[in-house]
Amino acid sequence: MDGETARIASLPPHAPDFDPVLLTELVSHLREESAQLREEWVARIKEAQLLGVMGADEVYSEATAVYDNYVDALETGSVESLQAYARDLSERIIQRGVETHEVLGIVLLLRDVLARSLFRRYQGDPGLLTRVMDSYEPAANRIAVTVGVSFVEERERIIREQQAAIRELSTPVLQVRERLLILPIIGVLDTQRARQLTEQLLAAIQANRAKVVVIDITGVVTIDLTVANNLVQTVKAARLMGATAIVTGLSSSIAQTLVDLGVDVSMIRSVGDLQGGLEEAERLLEEAPNIPDGPETELS
Amino acid sequence: MPVPVLKQGDYLIATIQSALSDSGVIALRDDLAERVGRFRSRGIIIDVAALDVIDSFVARSLRTIALTAQLRGARTVIVGIQPDVAVAMVQFQLDLAPLETALDLEEALALLGQRGRNSDGHER
Repeated sequence: MDGETARIASLPPHAPDFDPVLLTELVSHLREESAQLREEWVARIKEAQLLGVMGADEVYSEATAVYDNYVDALETGSVESLQAYARDLSERIIQRGVETHEVLGIVLLLRDVLARSLFRRYQGDPGLLTRVMDSYEPAANRIAVTVGVSFVEERERIIREQQAAIRELSTPVLQVRERLLILPIIGVLDTQRARQLTEQLLAAIQANRAKVVVIDITGVVTIDLTVANNLVQTVKAARLMGATAIVTGLSSSIAQTLVDLGVDVSMIRSVGDLQGGLEEAERLLEEAPNIPDGPETELS
Repeated sequence: MPVPVLKQGDYLIATIQSALSDSGVIALRDDLAERVGRFRSRGIIIDVAALDVIDSFVARSLRTIALTAQLRGARTVIVGIQPDVAVAMVQFQLDLAPLETALDLEEALALLGQRGRNSDGHER
């Protein structure tokens, strides 16, 4: 996950034609002018209508931190602390809806603001200006890439976490009463989710000692052959573990699909709606003896 | 290793603890058939919870045992099939029918008690 940023961090700190004396001078210039350049940068950010979701004070304080980190990174050639800061910043601003183009935009704006400042200072001596730019540009570009990549990686990490959370939540197995489980399925049933559903259901049958499970697919819009077969397999596997599965809420289009696809539906005990399924389940549970050799009067 | 068989009331309980060999299956079948007669057992419960795999050989063996026992007057219930084992069996289209399955020992005892009454039409 950190592959890209790690690769950037491991690059040699400075370009080959790097001139340490020049860079030191350049950095001290940027430090001296920092207040003014920061103002200019913030003004340009506002002008470009970036970071609209953040307040002016907030933009200013983040800008100060980024500016200092930026100049430090220019000086040392090491992007590690900037990287850490960028990741931390990304984590804070992603949730507020800041987009990739905004982050790249502000970093590039800072690069331009600083470049202009250097240009103004050294424009009297074109030779020196060229050398200054030779030192500045590669370092600045590398910083821009680092910040951009950190942001994207952070966002990918958040997306992965959310996907995992959705997967976790997408197939809840609920206990209605003792020995009776209900498995409401809503949304698209793909192969992976169907497999996960089987696993969770069978594990729950074992954990809750379930006798009957009601699988409600009212919320499923369509179904394909693989998933249909998987559903039949789930029903059979539940049977092997001693539980009866009842499928409810098969829409007419899904029912037709199952028959058209030639899925072996003889195994499936199906009831029209969830209410009917629960009633059927209660009936099965009453039939089933709860205690071996228990009070026999309860049974007809 | 012989499969231990316990007697509990009218029922026999066999717990399979490791993969069955050909001779193991035959020994278990004969042992159960003999005990069904000796104890006048009405049901057999075979616990396969320790098995990581139930392949076609094991499935056929269990069926053989059950059919033999049935001829001797006892019904057989298989208990303790693990979730992943159940999934694998279904995927390989292994069916234990006409064997009955139950979650665990308690369920199996309940099932046998109920079926005994139902088939007789009256309580024992």
